Order: sequence, then structure tokens, then C-alpha cells
Amino acid sequence: MAIYVIEDKCKGCKLCIKACPFEAIDMADKLAVINEKCTSCKQCIAVCPFDAIGNDEKEVEKADLSAYKDVWVYAEQRAGAIMNVALELIGEGRRLAREIGPDTKVWAVLIGDKIEGLAQECFDYGADGVYILEDALLGKFTTDGYTKVFSDLITERKPEIVLFGATHIGRDLAPRVAARLNTGLTADCTRLDIKVSSYIDYAEKYTTQDTSDLDAASDDKGLKQTRPAFGGNLMATIITPNTRPQMATVRPGVMTRREKAEGAKGELVKADPQIAASDIRVNVKDIVKSAKELVSLTDADIICSGGRGLGSPEGFGLIKEFADKTGGVVGSSRAAVDAGWIDHAHQVGQTGTTVKPKLYFACGISGAIQHLAGMQSSDMIVAINKDPDAPIFEVADYGIVGDLYKVIPEIVAEWDNAEALFEATIDRSAE
Amino acid sequence: MALKIIVCAKQVPDTNEIKIDPVKKTLIREGVPSILNHDDANALEEALKIKDKYPDTHITVVSMGPPQAKDMLIECLAMGADEAVLASDRALGGSDTWATSNALAAAIAKLGAFDLIFAGRQAIDGDTAQVGPQIAEKLNLPQVTYVTDFEIQADLKSITVKRALEDGYEVIEIKTPCMLTAIKELNTPRYMSVGGIFEACKKDIPVWGAAELGVDPDKEVGLDASPTKVFRSFTPAPKGKGEMLEGETEKDVARKLLVGLKSKHVI
Repeated sequence: MAIYVIEDKCKGCKLCIKACPFEAIDMADKLAVINEKCTSCKQCIAVCPFDAIGNDEKEVEKADLSAYKDVWVYAEQRAGAIMNVALELIGEGRRLAREIGPDTKVWAVLIGDKIEGLAQECFDYGADGVYILEDALLGKFTTDGYTKVFSDLITERKPEIVLFGATHIGRDLAPRVAARLNTGLTADCTRLDIKVSSYIDYAEKYTTQDTSDLDAASDDKGLKQTRPAFGGNLMATIITPNTRPQMATVRPGVMTRREKAEGAKGELVKADPQIAASDIRVNVKDIVKSAKELVSLTDADIICSGGRGLGSPEGFGLIKEFADKTGGVVGSSRAAVDAGWIDHAHQVGQTGTTVKPKLYFACGISGAIQHLAGMQSSDMIVAINKDPDAPIFEVADYGIVGDLYKVIPEIVAEWDNAEALFEATIDRSAE
Repeated sequence: MALKIIVCAKQVPDTNEIKIDPVKKTLIREGVPSILNHDDANALEEALKIKDKYPDTHITVVSMGPPQAKDMLIECLAMGADEAVLASDRALGGSDTWATSNALAAAIAKLGAFDLIFAGRQAIDGDTAQVGPQIAEKLNLPQVTYVTDFEIQADLKSITVKRALEDGYEVIEIKTPCMLTAIKELNTPRYMSVGGIFEACKKDIPVWGAAELGVDPDKEVGLDASPTKVFRSFTPAPKGKGEMLEGETEKDVARKLLVGLKSKHVI
């Protein structure tokens, strides 16, 4: 079964036990024993100095996957507006399609009622083709209705890859479709690769892993889906080797939209969805837009975030003032949301929004791993915290140890003088 | 007519308590407690609230995991659940969400007829939010995910829920039997009661393996049957530590920061 200990090689050094993130290795008679918590993550194989851990994952008889072609993106729309994440994924899907080969296309799949007009926007952002699934019964999103028509189209047309935005709706629909088609789905991916050589480039640039056992010239064109696991403490790259399509969800803000090419042309296919009222077992009575201001953390260039270090909900008054001055938006840590100081819509991190602004101010945020997972790819991070040992300083480009109630007002006061202050330093160095 | 409710729960490591060794860059997991997954506690609480109102409601908590997960199930019983079952077998190890939902759907089917399944939206160790909907698919049930408000009519069949969206919510009507996944806005989970703990320890928690569940380790559950496989896993590269700014006064520090940001063309 999967990971196993080769007993005559194991020296009982316990290095694997330390390396295992899942407490899946015990000691028995001075030898390591794999228990049922094992997820086959292979961390133990990497650390064992004696090659005493093996992996006998069964080679499943290869199904014929050659009938599956092209990359599809679920072009999620709500009330006739395409979600940003769908446009981001069309760009990413196009990149993946081109990595697979010159004949591989990216298709946007629009589901709804009277949504044909949205096809042009999909072309403008890079779709080679658009499938339209229109029916009066599809006017509002329902799990039952959308799962049926989308699964039917996939079964008929056989895409190789299907991508969904990890929105509340994408995360409701994608698992249901994957289960109906009996294929794999990888949640909340932060990186996708086709070619092994691209994966190696990524791994060498951004990770600590040893890639010497990977073959850059391999003809493997499977989707390599990288995601945070274990609360962001570990990254895992997931593959779907034996079933198709390969399905993944990607969080909003992770991928980049292509430049809009106004009036771009593409192939439009109107499919004929088979849907009856009896297929839909729920009744969506009402869709209510919240009155609260929509926080667009994913689009912001500057984010000013506050955490538990603010000490009270009133602290967000200062953060708001800071954001207003810098032209940024207000973010927060989970601790501040859990304390009830600010709405969840502002939360940055693993269970909140993933952001990568040009400038991120972390004010009174200690830097729990879940928070870091959601903001550490920001271009520039400034941390202000009383505690010099706070983990946030490990990822900060600039760190300030001090009282944020004293530091932030000074930054606000001096903000408009930045240019002059900078000029002054140049003048001095020229003397 | 008494309601029969299934609650799906998972024992998870408290990922908030995990830290990275600053030197070795490895996980420090010593002393990390195992807990009842947060969203699942909300799922159980909602079932318990129904039982508060309709005391003949029967709640069964179903979990999959290693034998130690029994501790978490005892906690669920002590909170007020009537019964708990654990799917546990080395043959279930390494299951992805597709395979996990096969095992849990089999366990639920084995328990017989039910009216409602409550699950947490997602577990804090995997964060996939896939197992709830995939159980629903395998049992051919309608579902509503991200439930923040729940109301059942006196007929004990018609349910009205609120479902959270990023920018608002939906009001949805659904009938039993169905699958609902809970988020923390739904309620505040209760604590275990002293009497509950005493009673819970006396209860037997059946453990079902692949054979009792009637699932095939080659085709339905476990690592080999899972459509997704781990290709590689690794710890993320830590970003290099930057510059610590110091100065006589806060104004000095603020000025140094702005000069730095300006020199790097960030502002």
C-alpha cells in the first residue's frame, strides 16, 4: 500500500518522523511504521538518509485519454456580468493551451439565460472559442441545473482541462461536476504548469525543492497543479494521471488577466442544454446584494491591513485614514475578523482573499502562516509591529518595530512629502 | 415523525498552532493539538439546535480518519449527538476528496434513511470544500453550501436557508433529504456539558473498515483509487528578510520608509 518502510534498511533514526507533516509515522521495535494518517506526500522519502522508505503506488492501466482536447474555463457570470476571476482564467487557460500545443484552444463556457452578449468579452480577453449554454431555467445559478448542463457538455465534447474560479459558486459547482464525471479536482491552485520544463523553472525560482530527478525534456503534458496544503505550511503539486478532464479551481487574484484586445474574433458554439424544471430541486427565492461597500482587495495596488495589534475595533479608524491617504484599501487579518472588529470581506489570507498588491502594509499583524499564504507574493511588504520577533518580519521588505498608533500618523503626515524627502537624499549623496 | 440528521465531521490538526522552525524551515508539529474542525462544529451545532426544538431528533456523527479520531467523536457526543460512527482502515488512507466521499457516502447509506446531512464547508487542513458536495452527488441529494441561516418548517420537510455569496446572499428553499454545508456565520457552537461527557464515555463508537462499508480499495477508496495523486510536496521558499528601519523618533522612521519606497519606485 503506497508508502512503506523497507525494514532491513531502516536504522530507526526518526528523521522521517520529524519530517512528516501528518503524524503518519510511528516507531515500533526501533523501526519506522507508516500509519493510516499517511497521505502519500512523500516528505519522508526525501529526508530518509538510508533510502529505507519506498513507494509502491500501483501503476493503473492507462486509460485512453487521447480523445480529450482543449482547455475550458467556466466563465462564471452573475446577473449578466462576468466575474474577474473568469477573465483571469481565460488568460491562464490560453497560456496552458499553448504549452500543450499549437492546435490546443482555450474555450470559455458561459451558462445562464440571455448571456450570448458576454461572449465578446471572453474573446477580448483571449478565448479562442466560447460555448453558450442558454435556457430560461439557467437564469439563476443552481447546483442541480448547472451541474447537469456542464457535465453533459463535458461528456459530449471531452475537454482535457477544465478550470473554475474558486468563488462560492465555483466551489459549489466544480466538486459536483468532478464527482459526476468521476475525475479528479484540485482546489485553490496557485500555480499551473503543463511542461515539465516550465515546472522545473518555477520550482527552482520559487521553491526549495530538488528538481534533479525531473526530466526537462519529458513529453509529459499532464496538468501540474500546485496548491498550499496544511494551512499553507506545505505546498503540494497534484496530478490527475488516469482520468479526464483534469479539473482545478483557482482563487481570484492569483492569475493575471491578458491585455484586453477589443473586437477579437473567435468561434461561437451554441450548445443545446437538456434541462427540465424537475431537474432543479431547489428554489432560489431571492438574491440580495449586501449594502456594505464591496471591498476589492484583489484589484488594489495598495492594501493597508490591520490585525490584533490594533487592540480594539476603533483601530480600523486609523487604518481607514491610512488607506485614504495612500489611495489603498483596508485589509485585515483573520484574528481581527474573528474578534468581530471588521467584516470578513476585508480578510486577507488562506480563508480570506489572496492578494498581491504593489504595496502591502501589515499593521499589528503577527503573521500567522495562513495570513502569509494570502499576501506574501505582494511586490513590497511593510510590517509595523511592537514585537520584534513577530513572524511577519520574516517576509517584510521593510520592518518597523514600534507602536503603530505613533508610526502610522507620521507616515500619513509625511506621505505627500515623499518626493521631496527622496530628492533630499539624492542631493546629499551628490555632494 | 422524528427527524434523522447525519453530521459529517473531521478531526484536524489545529493549523493555527503550527509554526515553522526559523532555522531548519521545517514544520514544528510537537504539541499541535487535534481538534474538531471549526466548520463541522457549526454543522453539529445547527443539528443540535433542531434537537433542542424537536427533542425526538436523532443525530449521528460520521467521520473518516485514524482510530484517534474517536476522541473527536466523543467530543461530538458530549456536545449532544446521539450516536457516532468512524470509518477507519489503512485501506482508506491516502484517499483524495473523490475517494473520501465514496467512503463517507457508503457509511451514511449503511446507516439507513435520513432527512438531513449537515457538513462543514471545509476542513482547515485541506481547505478543499469538496467532500460535502461530492457526498451529495454520490447520494443523489440536492445541496446548498455556505449556509449562514437555517429554518425548517413545522412539516419537517421544507427548509429555507441563506447562502453566503462574496457580495451578499441568496435565499433558497429546499426539501429534505438534502445536504447543507455550514460556515461559522451560521451559529456559535456550544460547549460539552459535564453530563454529556459522562454519558459520551459510556457510548460505543463503531469503527467500520472498507469491508464493513462495502467499498472496493482498488476502485473506490484509498490512494490507488483516487483520481488525484501527489506529484511532489515541498515547503515554500521563505522570502528573504528585508531591512529593519530604526530611528530616534517615529517621524525619522516614517521618513526613512518613504524614502525607501520612493527610491524603489513603489510610490
